[in-house]
Amino acid sequence: MKAALRDIYNNFLEFVRTFGAFQLFLLRLLQHSPHLLLRRPGLVIKQVYNAGALSLVIIMVCGLFVGGVLGLQGFANLARFNAEDSVGAVVALALLKELGPVMTALLFAGRAGTALASEVGLMKATDQLSAMEMMAVNPVKRVLVPRFLGGIIAMPFLSAVFICVGLFGAHVVAVDLLHVDVGAFWQQMQVSVEMDDVREGVVKSIVFGIVASHMAVWEGYNAMPTAEGVGRATTRTVVITAITVLIFDFMITAAML
Amino acid sequence: MQQTRSVEIGTGLFVLLGMSALFFLVTQTTGGDSFSADDTYKVEAWFDNVGSLKTRAPVAMSGVTIGRVTSITFDPNRLQAKVVFEIDSKYGKIPDDSDASVLTSGLLGSQYIGLQAGGSEDSLKDGSEILFVQDAIVLENLIGKFLVNAGSGDHK
Repeated sequence: MKAALRDIYNNFLEFVRTFGAFQLFLLRLLQHSPHLLLRRPGLVIKQVYNAGALSLVIIMVCGLFVGGVLGLQGFANLARFNAEDSVGAVVALALLKELGPVMTALLFAGRAGTALASEVGLMKATDQLSAMEMMAVNPVKRVLVPRFLGGIIAMPFLSAVFICVGLFGAHVVAVDLLHVDVGAFWQQMQVSVEMDDVREGVVKSIVFGIVASHMAVWEGYNAMPTAEGVGRATTRTVVITAITVLIFDFMITAAML
Repeated sequence: MQQTRSVEIGTGLFVLLGMSALFFLVTQTTGGDSFSADDTYKVEAWFDNVGSLKTRAPVAMSGVTIGRVTSITFDPNRLQAKVVFEIDSKYGKIPDDSDASVLTSGLLGSQYIGLQAGGSEDSLKDGSEILFVQDAIVLENLIGKFLVNAGSGDHK
């Protein structure tokens, strides 16, 4: 009985310790960020390419179909109230405020987050990070911070591309296939979307970028240096990022209302 | 070398695409009634009831947006709502006896301030007050009046 209690206590303490280390890790990343961004922008650019440019295809294809299905659903359901013309407004608001940033963050975790985590994890498993330390190169600064920053920079752009392609998809479905008036589509959208809505989406995507990159880099850096450990780190990256993003999404929405 | 070059080109394209997407969202999806002018002058008006008028609501004359509401405050001494709005200096020759009313665009649309030109020789200036105002029409009051009228009609 006593042993069981001690186990629970130890597990709890370990959880709190991991959580604290996780936050301190973020501080460490942020601490090295300005210096690296100014002195070694080349490293960051490489990671923007890896995280951003290489994720474009999946983002655009998913955006097209998410926009299309929103157009279809919006049309079908608004038609019940004879309000098909508002489909543009509905799609734009849904994409800008919620679906754009959230879907992009989830896809980003799946495409770029896993790549980051496994890359860093493998570097650790093959002792590349220790080798760097031996050469007096700080691996956090040289390997982790560029990847962290690259993810944060890429995220808002990916989200914006997702939303634009989504609007295009909705336009194709609603205007070209279902014959909603093109003027009404855009006019209703412009009347109901305000600058604050765009701002909310951008704020969300930056926060999600921080969450996703932080998590991926952390999991990779703390992976067990085995094949199984790297695999587990990759899985945990996606799972925990998805949960955190959705929780943050709720909190940001509540705070910004 | 060749590899860094293609990475740089890819990154450049990606960031340009992202920025143009952001630019498109900011300019094309928002603000059908956006109003922005560098040079404006402020005019105030006192209303008994502004309805659900919001700051940034448009100020329109003959249906054209010429300004925007900048502040709505309740004055505890006058017991009235003070609405300040700015008008583009391009429209500097609005007669100072014009009247302002709180109107609704469409059946369920948002509210805006409509200006109706008066006949005075002098025009509105920065800080001047519009004396002729018409409050927002509150649906409940309207229905209330209608019911009272209908009720009194029955007794005859």
